[in-house]
Amino acid sequence: MLEVRNLTKYFGGLGAVRNLSFEVEKGQIFGLIGPNGSGKTTVFNLINGFYSPTSGEILFKGKPITGFKPNVICRKGIARTFQVVKPLSRMTVLENVMASAFCRVDSLNIAKEEALKTLEFCSLIHRKDYLAKSLTIGDRKRLEIARAIATRPEIILLDETAAGLNPTELDQAIALIKKIREQGVTILIVEHIMRVIMSISDRIHAINYGQTIAEGTPQEVANNKAVIEAYLGEAYA
Amino acid sequence: MESKRQFKDLIPWLILVVLALVPLIERNPYILHMMIMVFIWICLGQSWNLLGGFTGQVSFGHATFYGVGAYSAGLLYFHKEISTWYGMFLGPLMAMVFAVPLGLICFRLRGAYFALAMLALAEVLRLVATNWISFTNGAVGILIVPIAGKVFYYYMALALAAVSFYVIYRVVNSKWGYYFVAIREDQDAAESMGIDTTKYKLLSLLISAFFTGLAGAFYMNYLAFIDPHVVFSLVDVSIMMILVVMLGGAGTLYGPAIGAVIMVILSEVFRSYFGHANLLILGILIIFIIVFIPDGVIEIRRFLKRRTYA
Repeated sequence: MLEVRNLTKYFGGLGAVRNLSFEVEKGQIFGLIGPNGSGKTTVFNLINGFYSPTSGEILFKGKPITGFKPNVICRKGIARTFQVVKPLSRMTVLENVMASAFCRVDSLNIAKEEALKTLEFCSLIHRKDYLAKSLTIGDRKRLEIARAIATRPEIILLDETAAGLNPTELDQAIALIKKIREQGVTILIVEHIMRVIMSISDRIHAINYGQTIAEGTPQEVANNKAVIEAYLGEAYA
Repeated sequence: MESKRQFKDLIPWLILVVLALVPLIERNPYILHMMIMVFIWICLGQSWNLLGGFTGQVSFGHATFYGVGAYSAGLLYFHKEISTWYGMFLGPLMAMVFAVPLGLICFRLRGAYFALAMLALAEVLRLVATNWISFTNGAVGILIVPIAGKVFYYYMALALAAVSFYVIYRVVNSKWGYYFVAIREDQDAAESMGIDTTKYKLLSLLISAFFTGLAGAFYMNYLAFIDPHVVFSLVDVSIMMILVVMLGGAGTLYGPAIGAVIMVILSEVFRSYFGHANLLILGILIIFIIVFIPDGVIEIRRFLKRRTYA
């Protein structure tokens, strides 16, 4: 469904992503892991169109989408959330999601209906009239997801959705991600919290310094020597 | 609750009816003139507010569109002796013609570029209008003979204010309006929600330019005299538009209308009491607004009983 081929991105002399290739299949939850600064978010920004790659290709359903603008990529069916949440502060939660729903519909009433459904789905309906800036971090993360879902994506890129959540919120987030997959939406997720990524991913791709170090099932990756080395240092590997 | 809401929806119509009845009772030309100016400024405030308040694209040079609108009307008469009323069609169109290239260039970028480009464009046009004497009659300006009495202009101005208010109300409560506000709040988020930010910023600018140009063309008809320093004025038009919106409440529907009433009265008072020092007073007013009522007069009530969510 989503294929990344030899993706490379240099910022000046710094190779943030180097020769990265992976393929996400339809219906999968595909995890992308790596230590801080390993280039995960850069990969998202490349797929999502915020950056254009130095070289390499991104294919969505077999067609190249490399270098497209973010709004075009969204309308093609790839939605994303942000690690540093970007609530539309001075809009209500409902308005936030409505603005997203307008991606597929033009009528105000239909957009509102869709937004309400999405909020219900994300268990955020009780906050619909709150201003986005007044939400807690847990709810803000939820709002990010709601906004992404409201654009009716085929694949959704989740950037550290679980970061900064308390244990209860964490369980809710995991449940929500699973629920999204049940709707038939493919998920590409970047995550630091192993408890989350290991429990929900079908497949995991590990990177460090912008390069692939391992790919496989969660168990395979967890036992991979290069992965342990990258996270804990050579002494533990 | 429901009946209260219905009453609220009726208020604008009630105001419109009351305003339409005013000339039947009040014929004092000075009062009518003040009200006409208020109506022009409501239109200008709404125009600036759509772009600056709702879409978040601050313009320091909306005099560009005002002047282009006014001169479109004036030049029709000056060169071809065509009635300046046709300028009411030509003016807004010409304002949009000027808006398109500027928007296409500046809205690819973010930050201060647009605001500064607008400032520069207005000043450039003022200089062109002053110095291209064969085309614009230069600093002497363009003078026409007004064709109607105050009451006629009163209704025209009221229509101008009402139409701009209604159109912008409709725009704000539509997909476009949601997109504009989303862009104001966060352009990255907006892009990733499928919003073509360049396109929608341009649309907002076009609507804004249209009504500013329309107000400019009306001004030419009403005051029957324009010169470059009046219609391309940085302080009296560009800055004043920002003040009207800031004072009333940026990003609100009624804010610019309230701001227009206050500013027209205030600047009249300032001018008669302080003469040339009125700019000084205006400056103090700006500081006052920024410090004490950053959200505008319309938000004072909320400011007094600050009780937002959670």
